[in-house]
Amino acid sequence: MTATVAPETAANAPMPARPALAQDWRRLVRMGAVGAVAQIFIALSNMPVRLDERLVVKPILSLGYLCLLIVPFAAGHRVGHQIEREGVPQHTAGAHEVAGGAACGAIAGGGLSLLAVLLANFDLREPLVNWSPMLAELLAFGHTTGFAVVVWLLIGTAVGAAGGGLRLLGPRSQRAAVTMVLTVAGAAVLEPLVVDLAEGMGLEALSDRLYHRRGGVNWTSALVLAAVSGILAVLGRGRMRQAREHIAALEGAKRTRTNLGLIAATAALLVILPLFAGKLTNELAANVGLFVLLALGLNIVVGLAGILDLGYVAFFAVGSYTAAVLTAATSPRIHPELPWLVALIIVVVVTGLVGLFIGAPVIRMRGDYLAIVTLGFGEIIRLIFLSDWLSGWFGGAQGITKIPGAGIFGLTSVAGTDPRRVFYLVLAFCAIAIYVSWRLERSRLGRAWMAVREDETVAEAMGINTVNVKLLAFVVGAVLGSFSGAIFSAKVGSVFPNSFLILVSIVILVVVIFGGMGSIVGVIAGSAVLIGVLGGPKQPGLLAEFSEFKLLIYGALLIWMMLARPEGLIPSVRRSRELHQQEMAQDAWLKGQVEDDNGSDNGNGNNNDGRQAAAAT
Amino acid sequence: MTETPIHDGRLAAPLLEMRSVNAHYGAVHALRDVNLSIYEGELVCLLGGNASGKSTTLKTLLGMLKPTSGEVVLDGEVVNDKPTSYRVARGVTMVPENRRLFKRLSVRENLDLGAYLRSDADGIAADLERVFELFPRVRERLSQKAGTLSGGEQQMVAMGRALMAKPRVLLMDEPSMGLAPALVQQNFELIQQIHEAGLTVFMVEQNANMALSIANRGWVLQTGRVVLDDTAANLLAHPDLRASYLGQSDT
Repeated sequence: MTATVAPETAANAPMPARPALAQDWRRLVRMGAVGAVAQIFIALSNMPVRLDERLVVKPILSLGYLCLLIVPFAAGHRVGHQIEREGVPQHTAGAHEVAGGAACGAIAGGGLSLLAVLLANFDLREPLVNWSPMLAELLAFGHTTGFAVVVWLLIGTAVGAAGGGLRLLGPRSQRAAVTMVLTVAGAAVLEPLVVDLAEGMGLEALSDRLYHRRGGVNWTSALVLAAVSGILAVLGRGRMRQAREHIAALEGAKRTRTNLGLIAATAALLVILPLFAGKLTNELAANVGLFVLLALGLNIVVGLAGILDLGYVAFFAVGSYTAAVLTAATSPRIHPELPWLVALIIVVVVTGLVGLFIGAPVIRMRGDYLAIVTLGFGEIIRLIFLSDWLSGWFGGAQGITKIPGAGIFGLTSVAGTDPRRVFYLVLAFCAIAIYVSWRLERSRLGRAWMAVREDETVAEAMGINTVNVKLLAFVVGAVLGSFSGAIFSAKVGSVFPNSFLILVSIVILVVVIFGGMGSIVGVIAGSAVLIGVLGGPKQPGLLAEFSEFKLLIYGALLIWMMLARPEGLIPSVRRSRELHQQEMAQDAWLKGQVEDDNGSDNGNGNNNDGRQAAAAT
Repeated sequence: MTETPIHDGRLAAPLLEMRSVNAHYGAVHALRDVNLSIYEGELVCLLGGNASGKSTTLKTLLGMLKPTSGEVVLDGEVVNDKPTSYRVARGVTMVPENRRLFKRLSVRENLDLGAYLRSDADGIAADLERVFELFPRVRERLSQKAGTLSGGEQQMVAMGRALMAKPRVLLMDEPSMGLAPALVQQNFELIQQIHEAGLTVFMVEQNANMALSIANRGWVLQTGRVVLDDTAANLLAHPDLRASYLGQSDT
C-alpha cells in the first residue's frame, strides 16, 4: 500500500520534518513487538523452511526469507504513518521516518535473534513441532547462533529503515517503486505459467533467460524487469486511470460499444491463449473456472439476496453425484449411462429441487440461525452420500469411479486427460453464468433480492413475496453450483464424499468476500487470486509450496481485507458506494473541489456521489 | 358512539375496515375487539402510547399479521387470508416508521421498489413525475444512496416510494418519529398536501396534538382496545386525552 499524502492546500501546508530521535517510542516499541511476534510465529509455522526451495530471485531471495523480511518492512513503513486530520498539517518525511523504521525493524528482527538463541539452547520439539535444526540453520544462514543474532538485528534494521524510507519518496517515485517490486514478485509467482505459455508459443529462449533452470528469476533479469517496469510506471502514470475515467464518462451507445469491445477482446484472449498453453496452465485455468462458477452462484445467494449460506457445497455435491450416477456405467444400481448433456438437464432439475427442499425450511430463518442451519444441511448432504444405507446408490465411501468424460453432441468428449477441452467447457459455462448473473442483477428480481437484503420487513410491506424471492435466489445459486459439479465429476472421473467437505463451502465464501460481494468481476478476480495462485481445497495453485499454509494465508488475507478494504478486491460499484460514501462525503467536504489525484481506489463516479452528499449537508 | 363520518353517507362502505379484530403475538393479546373504518378521502389518525397496539393495527391491516378473530375488510372484501402483496396491489401502502428506506440502494431504486407490483410502465413513469412535482429535491438525488440523505429528504423519498405503489389508502406509521420539530411540522404539511390531492390517509401517531390538527377523525388505542372514537375537534377537547397525551391538565 502506498502512503496517502494530504493535498497541499494553503490551510494544510506541510510542516518541517521532525528530528530523528523525537519518536513516539511507545508506539514504536509496540509496532516492533507485534513485528517480532509475527516473525516468530511465521518461523514456527515452518513457512520459511518449506518455502525456502521456491526461489524468487536466484540466488538472492527465496520465498522462505521473503515471508520473514516482509514483516520488518511493513512494520518500519507503518510506524511512520501520520494520521490525516482536518486542519492539522503533515510533517514532511525525513530522517525521523528512516530512524523510526530502523528502530522498529530492529525490534522486529530481534524477535528472530531471540528465536535463534532459544532454538540453540532448548529443545521444544514436543509442543512446537517445527522447532527444528533446519529452522535454526536457516535462521543462522548456516553459521553460528551468534552470527544469526547479529545478522537478524542488522537485517531488521536495514529492512525497517527501507520501509520507513519509502515515505521519503514522492508519490510518483513511490508508485514506481511499488510497481517494480510487484513486477518482479509477479514474475516469480507466475513462473510456471509463463514457462508453460512460452513453451507453447516457441519462446523458450525468453523464459530460459528470465528464469533460472532450477526456478526463480535470474538476478540479472530481475534488474532488467524492475528497470523496465519502473520506467513504464513513471511514463504511464495515470494513463490507466485516465482510460478508465474516459470510459466511465462515455455516454449511452458509445459506452455500450466500448464495453462490448472490451468483453470481446477478453473473450478472444481466453479462447486463443489456451491453444498455446500446456497442461499445467489449462488445468489451473479449469480449476479457477470451476470456482468462478461456484462463486458466482454463491454470490447471488449471499451478495445479492443477503442469505448467508455456509453449506453451499451441498449443491456442488448434488450436481457432481447426479451427473456421476447418470453417466457412469459403474454406478451401482442405476446405470442409464446417459449422454452428459442429457444428464445435465436432469442435474439442473434435481439440484433445483434439492435447493427448494433445503431452502424451504431454511429461508424462514434470519441471520445467524440461517447460517447455522445451512452449515448443517451442507454436512447432511455429504453424510447422505457417505452413508452405508445408500451405498447401493452412491457407492458410500468408495464413491463412484470411472465416470466417462462429458460428451458434447457426440462430437468430442471432455475428460480430465485433456485439460484444454475441460477449460473450454468450463469457459462456456462461466460465460453463461456471468450473463445470467449480470441480467439478474439488473432485473426486477435482482432489485427485490437487494430489497430483501436491506430490510426484509419493509420489502414485505412493499408487496414483495420475500419467501418466494429468497427461495428463488437459493435455487438459482444451486443450479449454477450444480454446473460446476457436473463438470467436476466429468473432469476428475470420480466422485467421493470427501471431495465435498465443509472446507469447500468456506473457500467459496472466502472467494466471494475476498473478491467483493455482489461484484461479478470481483468474484472472478477472487477465484483467480485465491484458487489460481494459492490453490483450492484439493488443488495446488501457482505457489504450490503454499498449499500447506493455504488456510493460514486465506485467514490472514481475509482479516486484512476486512480491515483495509471491506468491499473486496474489485467491489461492485454499488457496494463500494455503500461502504465508503460516508467517508468520501467527509473527504469531499474537507477538500472542497480539490481534485483528488492520490486516487482512493473507488473510481470517479463514487467521488462525485460523495460530493453531492457533502453538498447536501 | 360514532359521530357521523365526514363522508355523511355518500359512500356506503368504508375503503378499509377492521371488524372486531383480535390479534395475538404468541400468547400476548395485542388487539382486543378493534373496530376501525376508513372512508375514501378521509384523513384519520390512530393515537396511542407505547405498546398500545398501534403498529400491530398497521401490520394487521397490511397482512403481515393475521388476526385471531374478526375481519379485515378491504373495499368490501374480507382479506384476512390474503397476503400483503394482494393488499398492496389493491391500494394499501405503508410508510414505515422511521422511514426505513433501503439505505444502501439509490433513491431511484427505492422509488422503483415502491412500484414493485406494478407493470404499467406508462403509469409508473407518470407517477414518478408526480413524485418529482411533489418533492423536487428527490429528482436531484436520484442516483444517490438513500442512507446519505438528510432526515427530511429521507421522509420525502419514503413518501415518494409509497406513492409509487399508486395507493388508494396510505398507512403512515408515526410520521413524526425521529424528526426535528421543524421537520415534523413540514412533514405534517406534506401529509395534508397529499391528502388534499385526493389520497386517503390513515396515520398512527403518538404526537396527538399534531396529528389531530390535520385529521378529520381519530381513535385512541389503549392496551389494544379502542377507548375513544370521535372527531378530531372533540378528541382535542377531551379531558382524558388532554391529560394523558397532550401533557396538559385543565387547571
